[in-house]
Amino acid sequence: MRGERTITRKLMTAIMGTSIAVLVLTCAVFVTYEYVTFRKTVVGALMVRAEIIAANSTAALAFQDEADAREILSALGKDQHMAAACVYDKDGRVFATYPADAPTSLFPTAPEQQSYRFGDAEVIVFQPVVHDGRRLGTVYLKSDLSAMSERFRLYTMLVLGVVAGSIVLAFALSTWLQKRISKPLLALAEIARCVSEHQDYTLRAQKHGESEIGLLADSFNDMLGQIQQRDASLRKKEGEIGKLNAELEQRVIQRTAQLEAANKDLEAFSYSVSHDLRAPLRAIDGFSRILLEDCSDMLDENGNRILEVVRQNAQKMGQLIDDLLAFSRLGRKAVELSRIDMTDLARSALEDVNASDTASRPQVKIASIPPAHGDRVLIRQVFINLLSNATKYSRLKERPLVEIGGTTENGNNIYYVKDNGAGFDMKYANKLFGVFQRLHGPEEFEGTGVGLAIVQRIIHRHGGKVWAEAEVNQGATFYFTLPKGERW
Amino acid sequence: MEHLQNMNEVEVLLVEDNPSDAELTMRALKKRNLANKLFHVKDGAAAIDFVFAQGAYTNRRVENGPKVVLLDLKLPKVDGIEVLRQIKSDERTKTIPVVVMTSSREDRDLETCYGLGVNGYVVKPVEFEDFARAVSELGFYWLLLNETPR
Repeated sequence: MRGERTITRKLMTAIMGTSIAVLVLTCAVFVTYEYVTFRKTVVGALMVRAEIIAANSTAALAFQDEADAREILSALGKDQHMAAACVYDKDGRVFATYPADAPTSLFPTAPEQQSYRFGDAEVIVFQPVVHDGRRLGTVYLKSDLSAMSERFRLYTMLVLGVVAGSIVLAFALSTWLQKRISKPLLALAEIARCVSEHQDYTLRAQKHGESEIGLLADSFNDMLGQIQQRDASLRKKEGEIGKLNAELEQRVIQRTAQLEAANKDLEAFSYSVSHDLRAPLRAIDGFSRILLEDCSDMLDENGNRILEVVRQNAQKMGQLIDDLLAFSRLGRKAVELSRIDMTDLARSALEDVNASDTASRPQVKIASIPPAHGDRVLIRQVFINLLSNATKYSRLKERPLVEIGGTTENGNNIYYVKDNGAGFDMKYANKLFGVFQRLHGPEEFEGTGVGLAIVQRIIHRHGGKVWAEAEVNQGATFYFTLPKGERW
Repeated sequence: MEHLQNMNEVEVLLVEDNPSDAELTMRALKKRNLANKLFHVKDGAAAIDFVFAQGAYTNRRVENGPKVVLLDLKLPKVDGIEVLRQIKSDERTKTIPVVVMTSSREDRDLETCYGLGVNGYVVKPVEFEDFARAVSELGFYWLLLNETPR
């Protein structure tokens, strides 16, 4: 698992890095300290030796006794690190050397003041020989530094050994320590994964002690508890909603069934209206006619007129029943939507109206109007009804004029059919679209009062609105809205 | 009228329960002299008995069917659609022209009737002149112009 490796590695890196850094720093300080101290010790010892030799050499120099001076220097042979030594006289010439046979070229040509100097692999000391305030000569000592190098090598080996040992120890320790930290964390992560994978909120993390990880486990468990609670209440609510939905669905089914039954009743009703009401009307009209044909000589003029009135009314009622049936059939017809070229449709409807009403021919202006989407047959009926109304009610004008137009507004198309005819009083506008509602008498304008009711029903079934504006003797404008045609 | 003629010579079978409609129909046909060999039954059961020469009509032969059946749809006992179905589903009677004459123009009825093989479907107009013209033209066509396999 990647997470596991990462956290383990991070912990290991942190622990190991810290311990190695501390160790290396400590060793570096220690070694540096040792180096500095050792150099001081070496120089100090060499200078003491040089002082002793200088003190011992006073007589030899004073009496120019080379042999004595060599004798004193030869004592240096006991120090294996002593590379070379010499005594200069007061004039700066090499007086005696160690080893005794060393060439004078080995030594600096001129002695210096009391001083010491480190070379690449040696340390040099100059020590003046002074007696009673007079300088008699100078002692020169040169010691190699192999002792220091040796000791340094030893230290390095020691440090490396300690570092290596420490790393092993640190590794073992950190492995054990990081497990104590990462194991509960990884266990927590595993629980979180299980919870999110199986949506099982009953799982709980095991607590390892009172450390921060323990607190984390506690918080995690608290959180799980809350989630479990919420999950449970959510499930309960879901169940309730499901139950309510089922109830609602059941109710919808019931209502649909009731509606279907009501629709069937209505259908049966219109069927019997159509069938049963028309038959007696036919009898009234037919037998009145037979009476007129067979017995008109037995009736006076008034009797004949009355029979005609009976027939006219029977026929009128037949027309009313037919219109009412057409209106009720509309409610059952399925709306078949398609894109409609409204300009074309208006033109074709106008042809129909002109064909059936040849008496009045108003001037008709059809503007280019936006396409709509709707049922072609039904919308055609809307145009036919509105145009035949416009034609009918403008018949008595000297220059009857009918206009068809339309615009698009807020996602809806608004169409209108306008005439300059009889119009009506706007206070009766609410009665316009009712079935069998008329604003003019039959002597003035014929009709049954179903046309506008059909218009309204068709437009409502398309989700549109229909309204009118008019003024008495100034004409009327009928508006209707339809969804836009661009979607098709 | 029923007893005055030979049942095997009936040319028009009028199936109509409404006496007024029946009288108006017969009057219209009579004016064109087409009602001489007309037989009138008042319900669907009687119509089936007549066409299939059963019940009260065993004295006639199925093969001597009428030239046309004028059939109302809404009838007592057995409705017009059932009468039509039986006539059109029997080999012996399916060639008999049947014209439905009804008061209502119901799409459902129209479809059913044409599905069963009706030969004509007429909606009876309310206005008498229209009604008389429709009936007499119908009788004229089926009795005088139309030829059926015999």
